[in-house]
Amino acid sequence: MNYFLGLFVSGLTRGSIYALLALGYTMVYGIIELINFAHGEIYMIGAFTALILASVLSIAGLDAISILVIASLVAMIYSAAYGFTMEKIAYKPVRNSQRLSALISAIGMSLFLQNYVRLAQTSNFLPFPTLIPRLGFLQQLTFQVTSAQFVIFVTTTVVMILLTLLIKFSRVGKSMRAASQDKTMAMLLGVNVNRVIALTFVIGSATAALGGVLISSFTGQINFYIGFMAGIKAFVAAVLGGIGSIPGAVLGSFVLGWTESFGAGYISSDYEDVFAFAILVLILIFKPSGLLGRPENKKV
Amino acid sequence: MSSQATTQPQPGRYLAYAWRSLLVSIWFAILTFPIIVIRANTITGTITWRWHNIGWIVGGTFVGSWIWRYFLERKRAGAEATMGPLRQRLAAARAVVTQAARRPAVARGGIAALLLLVVAFPFVGGMYQTNIMTTALLYVVLGLGLNIIIGLGGMLHIGYIAFYALGAYSYALLNLHFGLNFWLALPVGALVGGLFSLAIGIPVLRLRGDYLAIVTLAFAEITRLVLENWSSLTFGTAGIRNIPRPAIAGIRLTLPQTTTFVYFIMILMVVLTIFVVNRLENSRIGRQFVAMKEDFIACQAMGVNIARTKLAALGLGGMWAGLAGVVFAARTTFINPASFTVWESIIVLCTVVLGGMGSIPGVITGALVLILVPEYLRAFAQFRMLLFGAVLVTMMVFRPGGLIQKRRRAYTISAQEKQVAAEIGDPGIQG
Amino acid sequence: MKSVRVFKIALALLVGAVIILAFAACQREAEAQPVRIGVAGAHSGDLASYGLPTVNAAELVAEMYNENGGINGSRIQLFIEDDVCQPEVAANTAAKLVGDGVVAVIGHICSGATFAALGTYLDSDILAISPSATAPDLTQSGDYPNFFRTIASDDAQAQMQVSFALDTLDVQRIAVLHDRGDYGRGLAENARDFIEADGRAEVVVFDGVTPGAVDYSAIIARIQQSNADAIIYGGYHPEASRIVGQMRDRGMDTLFISGDGVKDDTFIQTAGPASEGVYATGPMDLSGNPVAVEAAQRHRDKYGEEPGPFFLEAYAAALALFNAIEIGGTTYEGITNALRNNTVDTSVGPVRFDARGDAEGVGFAVYQVQNGEYVELR
Repeated sequence: MNYFLGLFVSGLTRGSIYALLALGYTMVYGIIELINFAHGEIYMIGAFTALILASVLSIAGLDAISILVIASLVAMIYSAAYGFTMEKIAYKPVRNSQRLSALISAIGMSLFLQNYVRLAQTSNFLPFPTLIPRLGFLQQLTFQVTSAQFVIFVTTTVVMILLTLLIKFSRVGKSMRAASQDKTMAMLLGVNVNRVIALTFVIGSATAALGGVLISSFTGQINFYIGFMAGIKAFVAAVLGGIGSIPGAVLGSFVLGWTESFGAGYISSDYEDVFAFAILVLILIFKPSGLLGRPENKKV
Repeated sequence: MSSQATTQPQPGRYLAYAWRSLLVSIWFAILTFPIIVIRANTITGTITWRWHNIGWIVGGTFVGSWIWRYFLERKRAGAEATMGPLRQRLAAARAVVTQAARRPAVARGGIAALLLLVVAFPFVGGMYQTNIMTTALLYVVLGLGLNIIIGLGGMLHIGYIAFYALGAYSYALLNLHFGLNFWLALPVGALVGGLFSLAIGIPVLRLRGDYLAIVTLAFAEITRLVLENWSSLTFGTAGIRNIPRPAIAGIRLTLPQTTTFVYFIMILMVVLTIFVVNRLENSRIGRQFVAMKEDFIACQAMGVNIARTKLAALGLGGMWAGLAGVVFAARTTFINPASFTVWESIIVLCTVVLGGMGSIPGVITGALVLILVPEYLRAFAQFRMLLFGAVLVTMMVFRPGGLIQKRRRAYTISAQEKQVAAEIGDPGIQG
Repeated sequence: MKSVRVFKIALALLVGAVIILAFAACQREAEAQPVRIGVAGAHSGDLASYGLPTVNAAELVAEMYNENGGINGSRIQLFIEDDVCQPEVAANTAAKLVGDGVVAVIGHICSGATFAALGTYLDSDILAISPSATAPDLTQSGDYPNFFRTIASDDAQAQMQVSFALDTLDVQRIAVLHDRGDYGRGLAENARDFIEADGRAEVVVFDGVTPGAVDYSAIIARIQQSNADAIIYGGYHPEASRIVGQMRDRGMDTLFISGDGVKDDTFIQTAGPASEGVYATGPMDLSGNPVAVEAAQRHRDKYGEEPGPFFLEAYAAALALFNAIEIGGTTYEGITNALRNNTVDTSVGPVRFDARGDAEGVGFAVYQVQNGEYVELR
């Protein structure tokens, strides 16, 4: 039973990690239907910014909590700025072309950013400072939960709720939904579509950066390549849940996380990615638009 | 900005460019500051400040932004207004070429010149050039094969490399266990690729767009992981080595000779592929592909069996990948699953989109550009992949439809027919 | 209409081919004087961090020689080529280096890429000396007389790990893990076979972890469940430090034995206190080796950071190679004979190559992390 619980928690951790990335993915997709391959790179840049800042601040002699807060905030702001700039350079000019052009543009951006960080920083793995403090009350639990796991889980939940509220009730959220349904119509109704799209990128990138800081504190190391694989997994999670849907992304991430950890725990960790992809295929065969996605009813 | 867009350049505009470019370079200086200027090394706990880098960023982005803006503006102006002098000249040149090509003598001459060049290439270029050309030709075949699925059939497929892998492994394994030679392996590889493509096609017939994309990606990854982990059959990550190169019965060729030989095999295969795809496009099934891509529902309503048409596209596409895979295995003489990652699928996808979806010369150009550009960028050593990424973005921004866009066969309607149409009030022809 | 199409295709191809030939013509003219050495390996992509240190090492040694007037009066010119650790790219890289007229290649980094490139080199009388390709078949198959390496093969290392685990640590239940790469899996499969052949201990888990995955707690839970006394891990330090870290976080005291992919100070820095007590096999006696100390210091001076993986092996490869060229000249026979018949002091100790290309001087020792440092166990 303890073993089962351990795997359950492990799946939950993985799920929360994927979810932090999948949220940004799914938001961007929801509005411009672009598989943003460079989303993982934004996450990586967030992690690097935080690492650099944390090193500078710790030499300046700040205490752990303020380092965590400042580093996360600055990383979020910077990643948001990167997301914003990326959209202006690589995506906005191709928005009205065929959809695959934007995809290739995104792939190019992803390559560029990876190598930019590699050249400017290093190709080696760098230890990431443990920014998340130890939480005392977790020691009393019977099964193992580290504070990083706990913080990641809580953050994911909070971010998910905030984003859902934002999209459901705020003015901005309404514009986003309008723009995602029909850009021309939204524009006619007075929605500044360009601004809405830029804002989506900003919010998506900021969540990715938050993910970058927390996940890197959990894994303890980063290099320029961490974004690629994480990005693919987040994309899988987002599709699994029904791409474009915020709760769907989170649900998809958890399903993916549990599949992987139970598969690795009970069968073989050699094949954990096979299980992940197999569950994706299975779910899409039976629900072609994901767990919580809107079914696509095309009218003639 | 766009409000000022007119076709004639004005001096004031360039000043506006300068001002904006300055703002852009300041923005980039701030944006890149932490990563470019500070280098934190958490292993030694040291921090290096590299202030001089900021100068490069400011200067580089200022110039870059100016050029970027200039070309973007021109592109926009070109799309909106009449053609500029350069474009006019280009169009005129194109017309001349088209006219000339209609004359059989010229066309024959052109083809003969090309043939000469293709034949002479390995003897003039040397082994390295022949080698990378062969790689590029492999990707031409892959690109044209994928083009059947994406460009004609309209199905976004990111798992194409799986069939390539299966082709390669079927040759390697059949040769290892049963001594099957290269020539016999070719049809076997094609068959394996095609059948596997069909097999994974059947369950995903309902999926469309990005959902299909991710499922095909998943299948490709599953294939690779199984190749990696099923060591007793595939030798896992250690790979299979000493795969025989293609040989002509009994004659032992030296390495440069084999390189040239493989090059010619690839040339033949490319010609065959072009021939088949070209015929396919105008065949009944080719029309069905296009109809399906353009309007799924209308196509179904016209009585096209969607499932069968989709499967036909997948099967045909898979066959080419299997075929190319056999040549791949024979050429490198060593294969392991590392050659068949998602990244490779993405590269093949890029060749199709970058070149121009659906267009045969486009895909050929795309493959040549994508494979040869990184090779020639080797001169830039460490900056190679950085530049490659930038090239991809730039190409897509300035030529989003691909380098050579597909032109549909156009049926022109004479003025007389229009007149008749107007009289009988047929809006279809009028418009 | 159809002929127009064919013509256009032909035209596109023609233009492309002309451009390429022009390039080819440009690249062919180059000066003929210096000693040309290729440096090949993964310099971009996910394995770049294992390939780039070799470039630095080759540059440092070449610089050292060139400052002292080169080899027998001719300068060393390096041709640095990226193979992304992929066999087909490696084959192209090899053809490029052959075309560049190199006499020897330092590399490749991954075993798979090395296999793919060696055939081309063999045909052109070029030798390759790798700092990191550990597949046993590279030397033991006898197919590649032009191959040398300054690192021991997987089976030698696995044998050492297994006998250490069985004889010294006296463990009964062993979990064997790997990172699914060709290096890690090769090491792990060898280790598993040795354990099973020996019979004193039992392999309770044999499995792979995904490099770069976000979390390893599932496989760690499985190891905990299996009551393994020790883990033998084939792979590199980034994954190892996370596995060890998460194990110690859970309060598991399972012994951790790994190879030279982990015997790296970065591992200790990354894993922190969790690294305490970890065993790793690695090249013998490097801390006291003056060449190694000097190499690391020169790396810090020039590149401002600690050297990365396989740096010392690559430095040794470069030293051995340049020394052999100095003695034997630039012919294939001259260099290979000099490599086989002369002992050189390198950053991995005094090195001489046997007939198959394995370095004789390169012995392995078992190290343990004690007080944040690798200490050789005797």
